Amino acid sequence: MERISSPNALLDVIKKHQDARDPDKVRISVCQGTGCIASGANSVMASFESTLLEKNSSVELLGTGCHGFCERGPLVVIQPEGTLYQRVKPENVNEILDKTIGNGEVITKLLYRDEAKNTYEKEQDVPFYKHQERIVFAMNGHIDPSRIEDYLAMGGYGALAKVLLNIEPEQVIHMVTKSGLRGRGGGGFPAGVKWKSCRDAEGSPKYIICNADEGDPGAFMDRSIMEGNPHSVIEGMIIGAYAIGATKGYVYIRNEYPLALLRLENALEQARELGLLGDNILGTDCSFDITINRGGGAFVCGESTALMMSIEGKVGRPRVKWQHTAKKGLWGNPTNINNVETWANIPPIMDRGVDWFTSIGTGDVSNNPWGGSKGTKIFSLVGKVNNTGLVEVPMGISIRSIVFDMGGGIKNSQKGRTFKAVQTGGPSGGCIPEQYLDNPIDFDELTRLGSMMGSGGMIVMDDRTCMVEVARYFVDFLKEESCGKCTPCREGLRAMSEILGRIVKGQGRHEDLVVLEDLASTMSVASFCNLGLTAANPVLSTLKYFRQEYLDHIDKGECAGRQCQDLIKYTISEENCTGCTLCARKCPTKAISGEKKSLHVIDQELCVRCGVCDDVCNFNAVTILSGPER
Amino acid sequence: MDLAKVDQIVEKYGFDKNAVLAILQDIQVAYNYLPREAINKVSELLSLPLGQISSQATFFSSFSLTPRGEHIVTVCMGTACHVRGAPRVLSELERELKIDDGETTADGKFTIETVNCVGACALGPLVMVNGNYHGNIDTAEVSTLLSAYR
Repeated sequence: MERISSPNALLDVIKKHQDARDPDKVRISVCQGTGCIASGANSVMASFESTLLEKNSSVELLGTGCHGFCERGPLVVIQPEGTLYQRVKPENVNEILDKTIGNGEVITKLLYRDEAKNTYEKEQDVPFYKHQERIVFAMNGHIDPSRIEDYLAMGGYGALAKVLLNIEPEQVIHMVTKSGLRGRGGGGFPAGVKWKSCRDAEGSPKYIICNADEGDPGAFMDRSIMEGNPHSVIEGMIIGAYAIGATKGYVYIRNEYPLALLRLENALEQARELGLLGDNILGTDCSFDITINRGGGAFVCGESTALMMSIEGKVGRPRVKWQHTAKKGLWGNPTNINNVETWANIPPIMDRGVDWFTSIGTGDVSNNPWGGSKGTKIFSLVGKVNNTGLVEVPMGISIRSIVFDMGGGIKNSQKGRTFKAVQTGGPSGGCIPEQYLDNPIDFDELTRLGSMMGSGGMIVMDDRTCMVEVARYFVDFLKEESCGKCTPCREGLRAMSEILGRIVKGQGRHEDLVVLEDLASTMSVASFCNLGLTAANPVLSTLKYFRQEYLDHIDKGECAGRQCQDLIKYTISEENCTGCTLCARKCPTKAISGEKKSLHVIDQELCVRCGVCDDVCNFNAVTILSGPER
Repeated sequence: MDLAKVDQIVEKYGFDKNAVLAILQDIQVAYNYLPREAINKVSELLSLPLGQISSQATFFSSFSLTPRGEHIVTVCMGTACHVRGAPRVLSELERELKIDDGETTADGKFTIETVNCVGACALGPLVMVNGNYHGNIDTAEVSTLLSAYR
């Protein structure tokens, strides 16, 4: 495409692409997000391509970004009706083309079916999607992320044209502040306040950074935004650069996200070609370009100063923030850092206005940007829940609505599994128990409950999750990821790990709980950076809400979640065992014996408690004993 | 050891002293690990102290300082995978291949690695072999999965 010479010319180009896009045209969109690719979406796409070619068909085939419903991938949506087919295989392709495209017939076996056996034809009617409010994800599923033309046809870069034509930089910042947009990376700091401080700071050049080092395990919304709609992030960054007066931008992205990296590189190239990046953007005096830096797999590099150290070519250890990075950041210059989801919120805010944005969410931000949580938040709904994936919901929704309405409830509830807790906020967050399921969630409410928003991971845990073990998992994770610079974090985590390691083995003591709380209070005031300051949250929140589980481990050697290997024993119940021999065949240590059609028995000497027998048993015959009954 | 690729990589980044991390990442892709000789060479080419290069090579968990196997088996240990049984999948892999996390089999075929999260959380527990994702793996499927690469 040709270089665009002015913001007005950009509006013309957008108009041209919008007019060319026929919303009523038959389109097959195949999800090409990482989740669906892992389930085989590439071969489904290839099969559509070759079959359409064979049939000489003019039907439009679209490889899109993540639709969010990863559990049910590979996903195929037929537009304009919005018919959603899930778990599609290459062998279904012919049938879809013949029946649905050819005759308008719906193929029932490919539709989503919930636990109650109701089927849903249209994507927007499926409960997983129905309760969502998609702003950041609005275009995912409708555009091919590798084509800038698709983004333009949906009105993309319109916000940038509008800003460059009519809105002064200070006014942009004022709008972002008034919108109440708070940092989606976890901190929840009002973006506009940060931008203003960076704009007002002395020093040149100024930098802006997109933090795409999405390190919270269990969160992958930033990955999906970059994979599904990379131009929305770039547009947000250009608007930010214009408002702040920055000339150089960086995207610090995880090396574990190869597809996101590829899509982003491709999008940057296209934006440069059109004159949306580089010197004198769209013929204005605003110049700005973006460089990509790949991370090296260190969790601490998500911390702003550590990330900046890494961009500077140094080891990614945090440094003291005597002054905010907005004043002294990259190479000592004013630097504004926001995460992927925050940047992607900028174009819609500029496009549709402050009043629209503040109409969504909680609280009142008209005089105080900390007064509420506005807009939507993308949560990654994962763990022991039926419908896993990404959901974008208005701030203020309840956890119950997310887990039960969209998530379809607890996985294996027919086997008796029940909800225990939901973990939010990544390793710095906490576990929220059942009694708070109906609380409206936003930045402040989650903090009040002893957890935090974090980047939006929401890991659902059932009664087969041991909360002590979960705390130990996070502490061990952070122990490995602690950079070692300050003593409270480095040594505190090591001591906590040792204590929790003892408790899960049934060798805990009552005074251990006192020491844990003592360590936590030291770490939360004396650590150097946020990693250490918040590292004790998983321990504190589980001690607060699930203290009895700790006590049972210590007093009775009982693991309520039946997870701690030293405290459990697998047995096979006489009542339910049909003697099908499946468990005996699958047992890796040959610990199970028994004749066909008669009761099987586990040799406790040989059993390594790997759980294969329980995984494979179709008759619920494997029982896990713990505590006195063991 | 042929270090020509190291020269090419460093040159590609214009001998940029700030690009050490990216240079090391490309070297690991080219050699499958970070050979000691390559680290020395980077230090020489960029005129940076060896300590500065090796501090990066040892700080980031994605780097391996020892040769890795032909097939890299990566187990995701993210929270979502963890609660769905990733530790059991890892132990099963270790049992099956008779090596521990971070080690390579004697025949040089397999290396087991763990990663904090690969962002495919909806499909946990998840194992990647040579960058290909295998979702919803349970312990009983581990040996079938490996046999495809044996």
